[in-house]
Amino acid sequence: MRAIVIGVGNEYRGDDAAGLIVARTLKSKNLSSLKIIEASGEGASLLEAWKDSDLVIVLDASCSGARAGTVFRFDANKQKIPAAFFRYSTHAFSVAEAVELARSLEQLPPNLIVYSIEGKNFAAGAGISPEVANVVEGVIERALCDLEDIA
Amino acid sequence: MRKTTKTIRVDYLARVEGEGALIVKVKKGRVSDVKLKIFEPPRFFEAFLRGRGYDEAPDMTARICGICPIAYQMSAVHALENAFGVKVDGQLRALRRLIYCGEWIASHTLHVYMLHAPDFLGYDGAIEMAKDHRQIVERGLQLKKIGNQIMSLIGGREVHPINVKVGGFYRVPSKHELKELAERLKWAREAALETVRWVAKFDFPTYEQEYEFVALNHADEYPFNEGRIVSNKGLDIAPDEFDAHFAEEHIEHSNALHCVLKERGTYFVGPMARYNLNFDNLSPLAKEAAFEAGLSPVCRNPFQSIIVRSVEILYACDEALRLIDEYEMPAQAAVDIEPQASIGFACTEAPRGLLYHRYEIDDAGIILDAKIVPPTSQNQKTIEADLHGFVSEHINLPKPELTWKCEQTVRNYDPCISCATHFLKLDVEQG
Repeated sequence: MRAIVIGVGNEYRGDDAAGLIVARTLKSKNLSSLKIIEASGEGASLLEAWKDSDLVIVLDASCSGARAGTVFRFDANKQKIPAAFFRYSTHAFSVAEAVELARSLEQLPPNLIVYSIEGKNFAAGAGISPEVANVVEGVIERALCDLEDIA
Repeated sequence: MRKTTKTIRVDYLARVEGEGALIVKVKKGRVSDVKLKIFEPPRFFEAFLRGRGYDEAPDMTARICGICPIAYQMSAVHALENAFGVKVDGQLRALRRLIYCGEWIASHTLHVYMLHAPDFLGYDGAIEMAKDHRQIVERGLQLKKIGNQIMSLIGGREVHPINVKVGGFYRVPSKHELKELAERLKWAREAALETVRWVAKFDFPTYEQEYEFVALNHADEYPFNEGRIVSNKGLDIAPDEFDAHFAEEHIEHSNALHCVLKERGTYFVGPMARYNLNFDNLSPLAKEAAFEAGLSPVCRNPFQSIIVRSVEILYACDEALRLIDEYEMPAQAAVDIEPQASIGFACTEAPRGLLYHRYEIDDAGIILDAKIVPPTSQNQKTIEADLHGFVSEHINLPKPELTWKCEQTVRNYDPCISCATHFLKLDVEQG
């Protein structure tokens, strides 16, 4: 099974970097068979990035009003991705739009899981909040479970 | 009794890059106030650059925007080369035009297909549009992909390219690598032509203003990296005169700085400005497509910016093919740089318009001061003026339609608010 993990975000926008940090931490674990890339979150490019993969895990930050550090998991083949979750994305056409456009075009990968970590500070230049940093390892564990269960 | 006040409110303005807030107030049948609120974070990058080495500027400023990193890199390298008295020419200059073609294709195609076309076809967005126009949306995605491929090949990677440096590149592509791109670009050029024909059929609201268009102008090329800053009202200056003619004003309702022409105020940058000031330098194919689409060399209807943007996609494909055809791999990937204490200036044409950078450097090559003026902060006052003008002329439109048209008016400018700030919300009050 061709699997890919995509960390999405902007490292200069505070908690927007959450997805990137999870992806980088996962990469540091040297899982040789796993493809891990970073993306700015510009949605049309995401469709291209996951095109040939059977199992896709997207990691992003969200701002839904939940407590900072709350982790959400969406199985794109079972549910719609709520655009409101990703409103703090710096892009008009972002993760939620990419997933839903892929659905409209009947191009959803067979397995597409989106993890979002609730952030609280998206100001330019800010580092990630402790609440976000605290859940990084937990998200990695859950993503690794997905990879094991589905692959 | 007839209701005299009503409020139209849209909490989240979709399909613009970034977020902010917009308020249009209508009282007794007249527009009383228009405010485009931009919640700009502190000028983080300008502050962040101070104390850094000059060679870090291209990569750091590329992080300002995920959509137009090349524009930031290009303005940075040109400004720094201006400071050090270095001229990058020949095939290195051509490669810079080529990578810029890639960014224009990718950025414009994203806006035309995913963000702007749904306005004209009556869809909430590209997702809904794709259900009825699947092949068209797929064509847009393929076209955008080719722009991204140019950026990846020359820039080292698509997101936050890393191959651009002051003086040239870290690595230059072989002739063979570019030839492979050419085959895909030939398809892209056809797709771009189809794009012009497609958008030309849309219905456009009647709306024109006497804008002052401002863009780079070059003697014999459509502008990307070089030229004088000109306008249709007589402005004709070198980039190092930018600060003498333009001023950034802090506006109370917005944390962002609005840039104005000191002499005349509001002005308009971007594809419409470039087109109106540089029509003669478009390729024959792009000119022909513009005429076929019903445009004349002068276009003042901002709703038709979708046609102009599509003509620029076509031009960028055509120009990229020309550059690849004439390409010879240069012996050196970059010219040598000797830092010196100086101030350097440059303007280049980002997809959304003029992007000004100024750097003050010490004799060790450390950045003492940086100033960056993105296109969106230059267009903000024009967007407000358009909203004022459009709502005034269409005051009797039903509330939902007027609200939609207000959003569309903002989207005409493809504002990349993430370059300057983060959020955009729309709040139209009508009474």
